[in-house]
Amino acid sequence: MAKPFRPKIVSANDLLSGDVVYLDRAGTWTRRLDAAAVAETPGAAEDLLAVAATQPDQVVGPYLADVARPHAGSPPLPTHLRERIRDRGPSTRPDLGRQADLADDPGSLFAGDGI
Amino acid sequence: MYRYDEFDADFVRDRVARFRSQVDRRISGALTEDEFKPLRLQNGVYLQLHAYMLRVAVPYGTLNSAQMRQLAMIAERWDKGYGHFTTRQNIQFNWPTLKDIPDILDALADVGMHCIQTSGNCIRNITADHFAGAADDEIDDPRPTAELLRQWSTDHPEFAYLPRKFKIAITGSPNDRAVTKAHDIGLRMVRNDAGEPGYEVIVGGGLGRTPMVGKVIRDFLPKGHLLPYVEAILRVYNLLGRRDNKYKARIKILVHEAGLEDIRAQVEADFAHQMAAEGGPMVAPDADEVARIAGYFTPPAWDDLPEEDAGYMAARAADPVFRAWTDVNLAAHRRPGYAIATISLKPIGAAPGDASAEQMRVIADLAETYGHDEIRVSHEQNVVLPHVRKRDLPAVHRRLREAGLATANVGLISDIIACPGMDYCALATARSIPIAQDIAQHFSDPDYARTIGEMKIKISGCINACGHHHVAHIGILGLDRAGRENYQITLGGDHTETLAIGERAGPGFDADQVVPAIERLVDAYLALRDGPEETFLMALRRLGIAPFKVALYKDGEHDRAA
Repeated sequence: MAKPFRPKIVSANDLLSGDVVYLDRAGTWTRRLDAAAVAETPGAAEDLLAVAATQPDQVVGPYLADVARPHAGSPPLPTHLRERIRDRGPSTRPDLGRQADLADDPGSLFAGDGI
Repeated sequence: MYRYDEFDADFVRDRVARFRSQVDRRISGALTEDEFKPLRLQNGVYLQLHAYMLRVAVPYGTLNSAQMRQLAMIAERWDKGYGHFTTRQNIQFNWPTLKDIPDILDALADVGMHCIQTSGNCIRNITADHFAGAADDEIDDPRPTAELLRQWSTDHPEFAYLPRKFKIAITGSPNDRAVTKAHDIGLRMVRNDAGEPGYEVIVGGGLGRTPMVGKVIRDFLPKGHLLPYVEAILRVYNLLGRRDNKYKARIKILVHEAGLEDIRAQVEADFAHQMAAEGGPMVAPDADEVARIAGYFTPPAWDDLPEEDAGYMAARAADPVFRAWTDVNLAAHRRPGYAIATISLKPIGAAPGDASAEQMRVIADLAETYGHDEIRVSHEQNVVLPHVRKRDLPAVHRRLREAGLATANVGLISDIIACPGMDYCALATARSIPIAQDIAQHFSDPDYARTIGEMKIKISGCINACGHHHVAHIGILGLDRAGRENYQITLGGDHTETLAIGERAGPGFDADQVVPAIERLVDAYLALRDGPEETFLMALRRLGIAPFKVALYKDGEHDRAA
């Protein structure tokens, strides 16, 4: 039986800085996961990836990553630890990565676990 | 140590200028990522989870104080204030931006450093015994050979696109501190019955997803024949190594599948062909060049000293913290009155191998003031001052304590090798650093750690085995099982001249069960050993793996393991 489709976002690394970025609904790149465009169907996911592919000189290696939305319309959360670490920064260095700028508890590493 | 001549300096500057142009063209869009990626990899630039990563070559792990200070400057100016020393004796910066990298390369060139051949399917940085030129058990100094190999392999046109990466290590001591049997080529400096210097040549070792112990392809190779013989090995590998499957492309697979005898016959045939060439082999260096290179590695101007120093002995007697550090972190020097001091980059709770810019400067100052301006990086992710007068050790230790660098744990249970793991690495399937930190914290009592004695724990965050887990007494391999980190434990590995691949103990453990698992193994060892002289590895070899597996999975602990 085919696996049920999980919502997806497009992530990549910024060409100049290497920062983790996400494709937003306007087709531009943001460093905020909660602003990423979420594809709820396989077709929508392919469309997002096609938009990313038109910008090869802004980002490197765009790919689809699974996310979860606990409630309809709520911001996406990563479902895999790897994506959680990419979003926030090294789990052993809360002073580095995007987590260093977040007001919430940097110790809550993996909010998406089990969702 | 070796210093660049005009040719070396021009070569490195030319490469920086070329890469600057390539970066400009990538940023302008003139180069696609597919076109740019092999170019950046040839210059040590990776793309990791959070950012670019720049891997700087430290040839055979040797630095001087000016180079270490430059690394500190780079860490502060273009990175996040720290660097990570690796199991290849290199240093990595985890946060540079692409546009800054050409400037970083220029700054490296200012002190005779570069990132060339730290990535890609080429001959990588040559590694060597980190105690070279200082150890009291050394037959011959491996650094001139390592430098000769560095010059031969740099931009070698025939070997720029090998089937896969190629790693060479060399030791000048019978006590192998360079893990030569786990390299594509391992060289052990030996002497024949006539007392002539040469090499035992080992081929086809490696770790990764298919660990192999290297095999002796030549018992004795005269010193002057090294380059044509190594060239013959590379040529046979370049022709026959598999290019259809990257997981079967290393020379270890070729040697395993073709058989050592077949590979040896082909290597010897190519070698003989080179030796028979008119005027001799093309790659054999002349005596003047060998002497020129060797001249850079003459011993420093050591003082004539008695073996023991009264001030040093008094400090040992008066200060138990200093005494503990000297008991654990010093190694025997070939010269009376001197010691080899290892600076542990494994403070309890820190990321193994990381050093801040400020700590790098402290190390540079100590090397300049007390250490004949020599620094070594070990494959065990520590830093070494190879030549320190014993009378200066109290002052060295005092400064190290102030800098948070005086942890007395070299060779003990908290001196853990760990790859960057999933906190940084795009290939990793699990985190390594937090596991190392948890184990080190749990066994942080220095008296208890010394009671346990010599213990090599090594952690890899994926099957590629950058953390050398296969050759650990206790190896830990992080995997992804259905989205959860899971850690397999191997037992009985050995990274020395008696190299052995550890045996997988059984099912893996969740992250929070790794420390209890290690504790059960340690408890079993302490209960089973013949006495303090019998190390964990010795006990395991005497008793076999069975009683340790029983301890590891006792009381249904395996039911909790994934």
